[in-house]
Amino acid sequence: MIRTPAGRAMLLLYRRDLLLAFRRREQLLQPVVFFVMITTLFPLALSPELTQLRQIAGGVLWVAALLAALLALEGLFRADQEDGTLEQLLLAGQPLGLLAIARTGAHWTITGLPLVLVSPVLALALGVPAGALWTLSISLALGTGILSSLGSVGAALTVGVRRGGVLLSLLVLPLLMPALIFGARAVDMAIRGDAARGPLLLLAAMCVLALTLAPLATAAALRISAE
Amino acid sequence: MDWTWFHKLASPPHFYRIAGRLAPGLGWPALVLILAGLYGGLVFAPADFQQGDGFRILYVHAPSAWLSMFIYAMMAIAAGIGLIWRMKLAHAVAIAAAPIGAWFTFLALATGSLWGKPMWGTWWVWDARLTSELILLFLYLGFLALHASIDDTQRADRAAAVLALVGIVNLPIIHYSVYWWNTLHQGSTITKLGRPSITLDMLWPLLVMLVGFTLFFGAVLTRRVQAEVLRRERNAAWLRAELAR
Repeated sequence: MIRTPAGRAMLLLYRRDLLLAFRRREQLLQPVVFFVMITTLFPLALSPELTQLRQIAGGVLWVAALLAALLALEGLFRADQEDGTLEQLLLAGQPLGLLAIARTGAHWTITGLPLVLVSPVLALALGVPAGALWTLSISLALGTGILSSLGSVGAALTVGVRRGGVLLSLLVLPLLMPALIFGARAVDMAIRGDAARGPLLLLAAMCVLALTLAPLATAAALRISAE
Repeated sequence: MDWTWFHKLASPPHFYRIAGRLAPGLGWPALVLILAGLYGGLVFAPADFQQGDGFRILYVHAPSAWLSMFIYAMMAIAAGIGLIWRMKLAHAVAIAAAPIGAWFTFLALATGSLWGKPMWGTWWVWDARLTSELILLFLYLGFLALHASIDDTQRADRAAAVLALVGIVNLPIIHYSVYWWNTLHQGSTITKLGRPSITLDMLWPLLVMLVGFTLFFGAVLTRRVQAEVLRRERNAAWLRAELAR
């Protein structure tokens, strides 16, 4: 796979995106800080009682993580469109869907993965028992993967739009509601000590479906936006 | 098979004329059927054993809910046709249908909420049907917002079409996950409004209303597509000839 021209192009794009992200480290931290802040708001607004916080921890962490990952989505193709890289990608002669997968993967590595890594610490602070931490991490990893791939469609559609940020959330959030339902539910079940395999498997199925179909829609949307 | 009729539909002057003839043909029967259905539903049908006269809002609620889903599917199909065969008119149909669909979705939610107040005791219940209808409204609003925010009509058409197709793929997933969410969350404290066997007296006005509402949608849609064609083809020569006749 990596030996083929398309595979090499994917790898190069992925590496370039990571390199660009690491050159601007402050921006890299923004979604994580946002995630921590949103989660901090809930104990302040509701109550510092761990027994109460434990009941809503799954939902709070999931909503906060989705919003944090959504924050970084707006600029997914913007810089490329402004400096003409997007046109070069369209002209590259490689399947655009594969390039979209590489870009989606880079977005997940830059925003999704740090959120997954931070989430256990926040979960402990909300009184989540240690036994539920794995379920939380896996569900968030799958959920941010779904967000990255469905979100890339939205980002590609709104790339040339003024003030696209609010519009992007309007487009993407309804599509993410199923993932939120299963993800938050899985964490909730794990916190209560039930087996959370069912919702996790459904979440994984959704992630596979999104990873398979969304890059094609992203490619179509990029072609339309670059016309 | 001869496909010329299909290709002919793509021509704006041809479609404009057909739509002009179609609109009254759909609109008058719709009016008659809706009036008959309303009379049947509000006067003829017996009061419900449990719900009394409150159930009569069903005759507006159910057709609206049906149309909210039917219009989204139709809109996505039109958008797909527009994308695949590059038929500009199909995009005009999709964008003309979207606001009607959004209003019917709103109407279904509003009547559902009005119905819920006397029956369930609250304006809003996080019931699976209501919630998935609400998400459907969000999908409509997203489609309209995306179309409105891109200035170039052709680009806006095609971007919104991609969104409509993504939405129609997701709609079953949303629908079933919302059901699953609710069933897991709580047992059905609200049974789906006990209508195991609806009597014929109650049923026929409902069917009449369903057909009437659908025809009404067809009439409004043809008029709206005509308006959309007028807006898009405002500089075309055929339009001047057509209007001068």
